[in-house]
Amino acid sequence: MQTSDNILSASRIEKGFPGTRALDKVDFHLRRGEVHALLGENGAGKSTLIKCLTGAYRRDGGSILLDGAEVDPRDTFDAQRLGIGTVYQEVNLLPNLTVAENLFLGRQPRRFGMIDTKAMNRRARELLAEYELELDVTRDLASYSVAIQQVVAIARAVDLSGKVLILDEPTASLDAHEVAMLFRIVRRLKARGLGIVFITHFLEQVYEIADRITVLRNGQVVGTRDTAELTRRDLIAMMIGRELAAEIQSARPDAVEGEPRYSFRNYGRRGHVAPFDLDVRAGEVVGMAGLLGSGRTETAEILFGAHRADSGTAEIDGRPVNLSSPRAAIRRKFGFCPEDRKTAGIVGDLSVRENIVLALQARRGWTRPISRAEQNRLADHYIRALDIRTADREKPIKLLSGGNQQKAILARWLATEPELLILDEPTRGIDVGAHAEIVRLIETLREKGMSLIVISSELEELVAYSTRIVVLRDRAHVAELSGDRITAHQIVEAIAAANERGAS
Amino acid sequence: MKQKYLPLTATILIFLLSYALCVAQYPNMLSTRVIGNLLTDNAFLGIAAVGMTFVILSGGIDLSVGAVIAFTGVFLAVVLEHGGMHPLVAFALVLAITTAFGALMGAIIHYLEMPAFIVTLAGMFLARGMAFVLSIDSIPIKHPFYATLKGLYYKLPGGGRITLIGGLMLAVFAIGILIAHRTRFGTNVYALGGGTATAKLMGVPVAATTVRIYALSGLLAGLSGIVFSLYTSAGYSLAAVGVELDAITAVVIGGTLLTGGSGFVAGTLVGIFIQGLIQTYITFDGSLSSWWTKILIGLLLFAFILLQKGIIRVSRHERQRA
Repeated sequence: MQTSDNILSASRIEKGFPGTRALDKVDFHLRRGEVHALLGENGAGKSTLIKCLTGAYRRDGGSILLDGAEVDPRDTFDAQRLGIGTVYQEVNLLPNLTVAENLFLGRQPRRFGMIDTKAMNRRARELLAEYELELDVTRDLASYSVAIQQVVAIARAVDLSGKVLILDEPTASLDAHEVAMLFRIVRRLKARGLGIVFITHFLEQVYEIADRITVLRNGQVVGTRDTAELTRRDLIAMMIGRELAAEIQSARPDAVEGEPRYSFRNYGRRGHVAPFDLDVRAGEVVGMAGLLGSGRTETAEILFGAHRADSGTAEIDGRPVNLSSPRAAIRRKFGFCPEDRKTAGIVGDLSVRENIVLALQARRGWTRPISRAEQNRLADHYIRALDIRTADREKPIKLLSGGNQQKAILARWLATEPELLILDEPTRGIDVGAHAEIVRLIETLREKGMSLIVISSELEELVAYSTRIVVLRDRAHVAELSGDRITAHQIVEAIAAANERGAS
Repeated sequence: MKQKYLPLTATILIFLLSYALCVAQYPNMLSTRVIGNLLTDNAFLGIAAVGMTFVILSGGIDLSVGAVIAFTGVFLAVVLEHGGMHPLVAFALVLAITTAFGALMGAIIHYLEMPAFIVTLAGMFLARGMAFVLSIDSIPIKHPFYATLKGLYYKLPGGGRITLIGGLMLAVFAIGILIAHRTRFGTNVYALGGGTATAKLMGVPVAATTVRIYALSGLLAGLSGIVFSLYTSAGYSLAAVGVELDAITAVVIGGTLLTGGSGFVAGTLVGIFIQGLIQTYITFDGSLSSWWTKILIGLLLFAFILLQKGIIRVSRHERQRA
């Protein structure tokens, strides 16, 4: 590889945050006219690297060469001027301005000090014609679909910068047809000699569009490979970082026989997760495995009614039920601990006690308040039962450690005595001790006859407590493992299996 | 039709319809005399409302307008009657003061990241207080130049008059429309209303734009104060209480989204006309209490908020299906 081919060359980039080392001597080289996929699980350092390249963060060490010259962008605007443009998943344009205004904001053509609207619209049409788009550029951006907005954002970024284009999960909210359109445009830009960085969680798309792949893990580069020479299995091993040979076999619970209590048929929602079938028996833990963005959380949200399913039926004990809202699901004795407990779980300023009784009170309705004595009894019970470490039950929950907050949220749902409990990444971001306790708790609940659906990125953990495992990829349920096939190796194989893409 | 024209179209239709109803009952209302008076009587409110339109388009609010108008009136009365300054010099001086006052509020809003509501509320008390410091009495202005200015008008066929201040309001609206739609500053105002964070990412000079928006509102509030002092020939520190609320009402009835980012300066003019029309109708009727103006305006405002809410919901729904 000659360095002169590199349009962007980042060497030994370092970035630290208090308590963590987000990037550790990361090297990243982008060639002219290539699509370079940047992959890694959550927290691997992808977005930190991008932010260092685009000036959103100031790096602590290392150098960035753009076209052979050292650069040090102060902010994203500066990076744009230098030639590095970025398009995010959330379109960073203004929905209330016209398409043309969005393209030329800040550099509108002027005549006699006034904006020459006609010239601006004409140039906007010309610019978009290069992207095979014929739009009414005088309409508000909001009147077009996300895919079109995405293309407009790309057109603006390329027009402004023109050397490097960073696409940060641009396809996350697009359907297959729109992705195809976007990829046509990416190929065309590649042919024009732009260096394109492509970040995504969809491995299929990586193999479709990327020339090379760089994988990050824990702030370090695992490696950079040519896409053609890297098998999916090796790629996943690079990302998850577990050698396929070294899998852990533990005493797994036996498969549960009998009629399913919960039965979902052809259940799904367009744009979230493809229709799936799912059965859950009493006393069963169904694990959900898959890479980030594979549709695990979306599945959980649809099961809980946080997003309404637009196809299929749900049955409990053979009777059809309507789960169109979380309230309806809670009435059916569902419980759901979401992944991001800071925004979707705890109410930081309320006390541990108030957080624990919240769901139960919500189910009873505000006209029938739970007496203070009953609240105290419940809170004390769960603080003891789950070993929540807090000075007392009236302490604001935000002062507790992550693991104890997680246990308090679990307590909130356990207090409602759910019959189906959905846990989304219950062990993320908590210390090892609390981790083991939560795994033990899941086993205890299962033995008591509760049905659980657990989403986790920790494969060994899933293998340890699941009676069955559903594997997801590209927002579809692609495989179900049970019995002896529940191993980390099999899960990776199922995620990697390429030929049978979900018929979505 | 594009959705963003819907509130404006609704406003224009409401105005035409209510004017037709008024004329059906009192044919005399269809005269240039009535139209001329409509312009003259609402000139100060209209000028202030242009500034308010820019502020609201950017997602802000300016509650200091009424107080600044009163301050301007008292200031002019004091320097003209006691200071012996020429009115034109006094006008320039007071406009400089109110513009700087607005710019200062804009700077505080941006750099201290304070809500516009609180900052301009403080500005309101400050300006009203300064007016009281200058004088607590109602001071009549008897300067001959005022009489000259008030004597200037353009006679319309049918006996109506476009007075200096009425014409000035129309000119301010025309310039406001040009600024809003044909300058980079105007687009930046809409951009701020669409989302400050995104606008910043796209390279909009957020600080300069915010300061200029409130400076513009201050300038126009000062100009409105001059017009008000010409209109009443007096300066009184308790005058123009609540004018900012009337201006906000005109802006919202004119189809501008209170959350910013969408609307038209021209709509505000129609909003002013609708308010003036209701007032005129009540004058013509003679038996109705003037409180009916408030009640009708209240209902109209409420209807427009519902209309905007409905449009937002419909467009969001369409985007989800798209």
